[in-house]
Amino acid sequence: MTTLRAGWILTRRELAHWKREPWGPIFGLMFSIMLLLVFGFLFGGAINVPGGGDYIAFLLPGMMALSMMFGVETTATKMAADAGKGITDRFRSMPIGSASPALGRVGADMTNSAAELAVLLVGGLVIGWRITSDPGSAALAVLLLLLLRFSMLWIGIFVGLTFRGGGATAAVQVLVWPIGFLSTAIVSAETMPAWLGAVAAWNPLSATATAARELFGNPTGMTGGVLAEHAVWLALGWPLLIAAIFIPLSARAYRRLRD
Amino acid sequence: MHTLIAEGLRKRYGDLSALDGFDLHVPAGVIHGLLGPNGAGKTTAVKALATLIDVDEGTASVAGFDVRTQAARVRRSIGLVGQNAAVDEILSGRQNLVMFGRLYGLNRVDAESRAGELLGTFGLTEAADRAVKTYSGGMRRRLDIAAGLILTPAVLFLDEPTTGLDPRGRNEVWAGIRETAARGTTVLLTTQYLDEADQLAAGITVVDHGRVIAEGTPEKLKREVGGDRVTITVRADIEDAARRLGGEIDEENQTITIEVTSGLMQIVRTLDDLGIVVEDLQLRHPTLDEAFLALTSKEPSR
Repeated sequence: MTTLRAGWILTRRELAHWKREPWGPIFGLMFSIMLLLVFGFLFGGAINVPGGGDYIAFLLPGMMALSMMFGVETTATKMAADAGKGITDRFRSMPIGSASPALGRVGADMTNSAAELAVLLVGGLVIGWRITSDPGSAALAVLLLLLLRFSMLWIGIFVGLTFRGGGATAAVQVLVWPIGFLSTAIVSAETMPAWLGAVAAWNPLSATATAARELFGNPTGMTGGVLAEHAVWLALGWPLLIAAIFIPLSARAYRRLRD
Repeated sequence: MHTLIAEGLRKRYGDLSALDGFDLHVPAGVIHGLLGPNGAGKTTAVKALATLIDVDEGTASVAGFDVRTQAARVRRSIGLVGQNAAVDEILSGRQNLVMFGRLYGLNRVDAESRAGELLGTFGLTEAADRAVKTYSGGMRRRLDIAAGLILTPAVLFLDEPTTGLDPRGRNEVWAGIRETAARGTTVLLTTQYLDEADQLAAGITVVDHGRVIAEGTPEKLKREVGGDRVTITVRADIEDAARRLGGEIDEENQTITIEVTSGLMQIVRTLDDLGIVVEDLQLRHPTLDEAFLALTSKEPSR
């Protein structure tokens, strides 16, 4: 109870940041829209969707999944900043639950990502993307996207606590790009060389992107394969597996601050 | 009755012994100085007492609670002010104190009134609603200390609170520390400056290599360390002058250092009697190095 309360107070700390300095998050949201426009219109004309369909319709769910994955960067950077400045040590000297700082991070980053998702949804509708399925499926798509973000959170917390210097977070910032692009988020795996396509199909990001496409009623860009047939289950399983690995690792990293 | 007790603390980091049988006894309600060079184990000792790290051996208690078995109760009894100003830079001073107050379990109304009080005590009322990143170093430190005092803890840990501050900021922080002790909080202050410990502390523990090498009141330690020093630059033959004055030569700066035992005037008279022409003369407190030399007959490890 007190752990949850402290977590909520730390979530509110982040909301107070946005209120005092709104330009950071606003530029963050604009960046998502910019990426959407760059891929949708600049590169989109040159990309075809295997199995047919409009590229904008294919792209939108992929873009949403990509932005959920990129969130790992925010989490790692902020976690490392608090640890580096001694703020984490101050929390640790206070009578609050040891999970509170992480819960504060979860609350703040999930809120931020939900806003990002909302902006992409509206932005997508403006440029012609449509949900052609039922509301229940669309809601499930949103939940799966947020689940991916939730799993990324724990990777971010682990990295931020383990490598408190700036170097590791810089590495995360660089690594998210190749990992993000080596997936079906932007282009279908079927347009890649076979071996690369196989790697991309096993990227957890691809599972979420494909599942979201399916659930929103958009073209999946897949004509067959394990991913196409079990996308929703994979989009559920991958993040749960990642969380199951990184939640204990994060807890361990927090305990190891006592060494 | 001691508020802070550490007995035989040991903590190893690989080959390095950060604490090597560290002992400490601090009575309630005083400012106690933990004096030592960089890497002496001061921060490790503070972290162990503040329940942030586990030690390999030894026992410690704070305000009557064991740091290992009663960590939660220790945390209700302490405030920790680490080496970096651990406050949120984007938020205002007031928002910081309200947030920390809420984390300490106060409701909104109480957290706000406590924040107002502390801002007043530390002279931050005018800057209360400005972002902390616009604060001077001294103001940040004072906010940092205020954040450690929200529950009026029995013990406040201050880890090198004036490192990196200009003289004005240092004086402001010193005033805040005195104010804190005057209100009944026991303060454990780590510092690299003999001068600072002398100014503030009722008792001083000198540490090096994770061990206590001297302990006592500032007066007692100063007697052992000796009085102030005079540094003289002479125009004459430096070796001859040093021999006649009974001082030591600093080869690098070509100056002579003399311990002041019976007053500065005595030294000036001697210089005059000997007919030594002085270009520059400076009176100063003993440095930490000189104190170490006197207390242990060896140089501090750096």
